[in-house]
Amino acid sequence: MTRTTLWEELVTSALLGTDRRTPPADVMASGQDAPGALLDAAALHTLRRRAGLLPARAAARPEPAPHDDRRELPEPARRRLAQLLADRSAPAGTGGRRGTAPDLTELLPQWLTTANDQGYRAPAAALPALLDAARGRNDLRPHALAFAGPRGLWLARFNPDWKFALRGASGGAVLPGAGDTGAVARLWEQGLFAERVALLAAVRAQDANAARALLATTWPTERAEDRLMFLDSLRAGLSDLDEPFLEEALSDRSRNVRATAAELLSALPNSALAGRMAARAATCVSLDRTGGPTGPPVVVEAPHECDADMQRDGVSPTPPSGRGERSWWLGQLVEATPLSVWPGRLGDRTPDEIVTLPVLDGWTDELHAAWCRAAVRQRDPRWARALLGPPAASPATGPGASSLAERAKLLATLPAAERAGWVAEFIAAHGLSEAFQLLGVCAVPWSEPLGRAVVDALDIARDGGSYPWSFSGVMGLAERCLNPAEASRLEILTATPDEPEGASPGAGGYWSEAFQRLVSTLRLRAAMLSELTTGG
Amino acid sequence: MDEAGVRWTTEQVLALAPDDASRRAGARLSAAGPWSEAGSSGEGAVWGLCKGSGKKPYQTVIDTKGPAYKCSCPSRKFPCKHALGLLMLWAAEGESAVRTVVDVGEGQAPDWAQEWLGGRRERSEEQARKAKDAAGGAAGQLDPEAARRRAERRAARITGGALELEQRLADLLRGGLAAAERSGYGLWEETAARMVDAQAPGLAARVRELGSIPGSGAGWPVRLLEESALLHLLDLGWLGIDRLPAPLATTVRTRVGLPSPADGPPVKDHWLVLAQYDTSDGKITTRRIWLYGRESGRTALVLGFGAAGRSAQPALPVGLVIEAELTPHAGAGQLRADLGEEVGVPAGGGAPPPGGTTTAAVEAYGSALREDPWLESWPVTLTGVVPVPEEDGWQLADADGESALPIAPASLGRPGLWKLVALSGGGPVTVFGECGHRGFTPLAAWSADSPETVRLT
Repeated sequence: MTRTTLWEELVTSALLGTDRRTPPADVMASGQDAPGALLDAAALHTLRRRAGLLPARAAARPEPAPHDDRRELPEPARRRLAQLLADRSAPAGTGGRRGTAPDLTELLPQWLTTANDQGYRAPAAALPALLDAARGRNDLRPHALAFAGPRGLWLARFNPDWKFALRGASGGAVLPGAGDTGAVARLWEQGLFAERVALLAAVRAQDANAARALLATTWPTERAEDRLMFLDSLRAGLSDLDEPFLEEALSDRSRNVRATAAELLSALPNSALAGRMAARAATCVSLDRTGGPTGPPVVVEAPHECDADMQRDGVSPTPPSGRGERSWWLGQLVEATPLSVWPGRLGDRTPDEIVTLPVLDGWTDELHAAWCRAAVRQRDPRWARALLGPPAASPATGPGASSLAERAKLLATLPAAERAGWVAEFIAAHGLSEAFQLLGVCAVPWSEPLGRAVVDALDIARDGGSYPWSFSGVMGLAERCLNPAEASRLEILTATPDEPEGASPGAGGYWSEAFQRLVSTLRLRAAMLSELTTGG
Repeated sequence: MDEAGVRWTTEQVLALAPDDASRRAGARLSAAGPWSEAGSSGEGAVWGLCKGSGKKPYQTVIDTKGPAYKCSCPSRKFPCKHALGLLMLWAAEGESAVRTVVDVGEGQAPDWAQEWLGGRRERSEEQARKAKDAAGGAAGQLDPEAARRRAERRAARITGGALELEQRLADLLRGGLAAAERSGYGLWEETAARMVDAQAPGLAARVRELGSIPGSGAGWPVRLLEESALLHLLDLGWLGIDRLPAPLATTVRTRVGLPSPADGPPVKDHWLVLAQYDTSDGKITTRRIWLYGRESGRTALVLGFGAAGRSAQPALPVGLVIEAELTPHAGAGQLRADLGEEVGVPAGGGAPPPGGTTTAAVEAYGSALREDPWLESWPVTLTGVVPVPEEDGWQLADADGESALPIAPASLGRPGLWKLVALSGGGPVTVFGECGHRGFTPLAAWSADSPETVRLT
């Protein structure tokens, strides 16, 4: 009996029981009882099999990971990354008190951004932890994937948990140079969607015409949602040269594509669409020549219908519930009208003067909100400034923007230094309770005046005797955004102050803790940045 | 490089943590400003004061030889988060020019730290003296006659257990394995308890293992037959132990669960710490540490044990080289050794041990089985292998051949596998691990572009 069949016989006999199936005769020759003989033979066979094991046949080898020619991370930075990733899965702070230790998870995005800027490549052994971190946190994804690079994408193909990396932003996909037309055309024809979006953006950054030509080659055959994404990528570096393409897209089959094309055209003040919208808006908004006590008021006559031409130009006919049709249409017209129309239309006034004009029949909010959207869309700092008004003015009574969200968007159109200065003055006048959203659009690290305004406001809040966790949002932002160089100036605030009359019990100690954490986080950020910028 | 001055890496410190929570807490403390008066000596001592919630800061001191820890905090974890945080702080500074967080400079230890460090040194000298006395003098004050009687009594109990177990196995085979699936786990649990009574923990563990096989998926009858047969072989080995050659007899005793003496000639060497990993049966955590002797070329296994909730001791930094004396345990083909008290300050330089092909690896396991038929796996280093995905798992394939070792199923779900794949990027790597009949368990890896040891456990 061959060895294999003997083993099969043994297994069968063991499975059914030796009482029912006697083991093979040559096993029984030893004269033992059946179970003992069977176990003897099985032990011999098992050992023979284990001792005689041979390697398996190798399966097809995977394509090696593409080469990543970015620099290797310096040793201290590598350790720091290991530390940041080790803290990654820590639960979010429970309750108000966070102790004095920095929240490392919050520093990971900054670390990744700097490492990417410096052109470092991720250490291979850190890739799984990096992909896991990116999987759990959407905000980390673009940076983590860019840092993970081509090897990260290569790795992600093997683990279904990391599928997101393949469909998300293209991360570190290796793009051909814009000059290599053959490779560009091939990737455009055959690439994954994310790769194609990245390719289009890369080509456009170098040669807007070439990018449009590339897009035109396949435009009619793209799916509607893909057309939308591709069209959206024209937003970067938008110019009058894009107008013909966009005009054509106004008659696209998809309503979303049409609306996006119209939006882009309206951001081009010289476009035919902008002209058509200006003509429509001009009939709706005019000066009352009869004048008024504080200057001539603005008269608004909202459109009475939304005709086919308006719809073709991207005006959506149906308002969201709770809004009137006519004011809905008016808002869209004004939003899409070049702001340069208004000074001429409203008595040669500057934007500052225009926003202070009274508006008849309660149309003020509607009109100003539309101007705010237009200023953001057209990235017009003069109008943005006028609509924002002076930072110290009370948000409730001033003209122009009334919501913090609008203000934040308007601020984003101003140069970084001016933005920071405006927010600093706003905080000095109104404190921190409304500043959170505005701080979010300021450049990091915060400019010196802005940082000082925030710290002063925190100091005032402490003197006021409240608990620091009322300000935990701003505190958290400060940990991430304050210039690390401020750390030494802040040291003095870490002392536990005497408790003032009427203060919340123990608040002083908690503030001291919060400032300690702020200082140590800043120190840590300074160390982090220096490891990434001076090492290697 | 100054051998005494090598600081550990953050990863090596993290590896000492008893659990994930301590790892995170430690990482946080390593970045905070609660530390003061921190310092280290060139001889492996690190100390610091950590501000906690109370008025008085915690005093934390570590002796990296050993390593050993002491902290005045009330934590029952070992090492506690303060020790981990301080070590990380110290580690991070090793090569960083930035000393902005806390400066763990070199210097003289403060009194409170010195007290403990000094005490430790005295104790270890004391122990060395005792050990010398014991080795020199007679077998101590123990009554050899009483010891012999105790050993005989225990042997008799184990023999009873082995006979009973043989009976159970015979019953199992007579009635058929198919019935074993129906009878469930209870029967085995009861038999295992009988083996514990018989003072044969090795047999008890194997019986428990048998009980888990019927629920272990396709092919279980074959696995059950194999393991039953090997258990039967062990029973027979014990029952006929007088007729076995001495080294094999020792191996059988060890497998049955009698303590094997660490009485081999001690080996002093520079040992590269290849791997350290814990397994737990719910009550006891077993730590396995693989070491490779730079001069002797020996591979040794140091075992450590810890009760639930406490981390097992010792803890060695993977990837570093320690200077230490190991005392091998007796028995045929045994790699287990005890770590001597004196452990030098760890140094860098963790290049991989010399390795071979996948074919050489299975051959090494095959020959080791001759000495110890109950071996599950054998430590090997594979050079120039590529992790390759296959239908239901991964394998390690020789870079310049057709042969491959499947990765053991238990390793497939672990993060270490992905580290290994990432490190390789489709190219050849060097991998240390355990090669056995269930496949290869990767434990550490090295790649051409980063010579440092990457921990896969």
